[in-house]
Amino acid sequence: MKILCAVKRVVDYNVKIRVKTDQTGVETANVKFSMNPFDEIAVEEAVRLKESGAATEIVVVAVGPTAAQETLRTALAMGADRAILVQTDLETQPLGVAKALKAIVAKEAPGLVIVGKQAIDDDCNQTGQMLAALLGWGQGAFASKITAANGELTVTREVDGGMETIALPLPAVVTADLRLNEPRYATLPNIMKAKKKPLEIVAPDALGVDLTPRLTVLKVEEPPTRSAGVKVPDVATLVAKLKNEAKVIP
Amino acid sequence: MSVLLLAEHEQGQLKAATRNAVTAAKAIGGDLHVLVVGSGVAAVADAASKIDGVAKVLIADSALYAHPLAEPLSALIVSLAGGYSHILAPATSTAKNALPRVAALLDVAMLSEITGVVSPHRFVRPIYAGNALATVESADSVQVVTVRPTAFDAAGDTSAAAPVEAVAAIADPALSRFVSAELSKSERPELTAARIVVSGGRGMQSGENFHLLEAIADKLGAAVGASRAAVDAGFVPNDYQVGQTGKIVAPDLYIAVGISGAIQHLAGMKDSKIIVAINKDEEAPIFQVADYGLVADLFKALPELSAAL
Repeated sequence: MKILCAVKRVVDYNVKIRVKTDQTGVETANVKFSMNPFDEIAVEEAVRLKESGAATEIVVVAVGPTAAQETLRTALAMGADRAILVQTDLETQPLGVAKALKAIVAKEAPGLVIVGKQAIDDDCNQTGQMLAALLGWGQGAFASKITAANGELTVTREVDGGMETIALPLPAVVTADLRLNEPRYATLPNIMKAKKKPLEIVAPDALGVDLTPRLTVLKVEEPPTRSAGVKVPDVATLVAKLKNEAKVIP
Repeated sequence: MSVLLLAEHEQGQLKAATRNAVTAAKAIGGDLHVLVVGSGVAAVADAASKIDGVAKVLIADSALYAHPLAEPLSALIVSLAGGYSHILAPATSTAKNALPRVAALLDVAMLSEITGVVSPHRFVRPIYAGNALATVESADSVQVVTVRPTAFDAAGDTSAAAPVEAVAAIADPALSRFVSAELSKSERPELTAARIVVSGGRGMQSGENFHLLEAIADKLGAAVGASRAAVDAGFVPNDYQVGQTGKIVAPDLYIAVGISGAIQHLAGMKDSKIIVAINKDEEAPIFQVADYGLVADLFKALPELSAAL
């Protein structure tokens, strides 16, 4: 079985983001970028499935700017076999990305697609579900455990009330949640090897896909900030303040 | 303009998050129809029909919808979508699973977790774990939107109940099958609806030590939450997690115990009215957002707090 993973280049999760003063977005110049953490989990799961013999090949796809090649190389260093960049300088939005991925799926015919459940920049949490819809496939969103057997995938999902387990006939789309696995760090030899792995660049036009954003960001603002309050010396003072000052406990 | 709002329910009860989404729907304007999908959900439809602002309730009551699988649920919503300008739902795990599917099937963009309605086509939504707020406009003919419940007040009841109309189930696309569920059972209030939340982090050191928090939660009628670190360490189940990718809470009182305050955690609780932090590390970032900070060993402070309540 071939597995297709999609990865997004995002501002690193450790960066404290700053809103631009002209309110057009967040500052991305001189900021560290890395692979969306949920996509790292998706790639790791694909690599583990390959290591277990359940998968034969891993193709990793990014839809984004030239610089997203670095993100793809990271995925190749983790163990993916081939990479495809759908190159665009447009702001990528989930529906457009899902359409590009659908076009890649049509060419590659994977048995399973694994993507991160959400990107930590736009926090949309849509692309995997949209891709499943466009393909007419089943979806296992927010997966914390997957097992493949007999042409079927069993997916344990994180839901508001706890856990839910579903079965999906393959092919299907899975979106990775935090506890699906702990991604490995790429080793130096694997990073070197990744430089020689194939990375194909395609234009959205060649896929017949229109990536023009459907949503327009009118402005981006700082949220209201909370200021630090007071330090209390002991539990008795804390309880007194909660009762008499904040009036949040009886 | 007309809005179709997917109701959230659990064990035959309408969930409060639906009421918050109704308030967002009223801000959009137009006729508001609530869709109740499930098996044995007449009481849910009845409760929804009494919410102020609801013009009609559609009920799809079928064994097919006993579990909210994304594929049949989204197929049903798409079949009913004609004529609506907006399809809304509270941002619960069910809606986050199904609504992007609805949007893609309708070939429209989706707006996730809005926190404000500027106009029927303009919404505010948090990005970068709530560290920025984007005002976004959609040019699509139908707006598919999930609503962050903590950002909107809960709509109350009215004396005149709206009519309830049955809609037929549609064929199951048979793309997924429910196997089992392991749902947490608790006598305590639900995390996202609780007035007081007591949360523990890595500093709790073990799952057993959460009893210290539970004792306090029970005295306060509070829900118990946790940071990602505590969930990853296996102290408590995943449904306790408060944060960017866990539950978003905004109670009157949030007590963070042994939680350092990573931005991903703050994203889930910084809209709480009063925040208390108890941590032995006085440099912990959680103190920067806390109204009341107590620098103390939690194993000493928690029993004292429990005794003082």
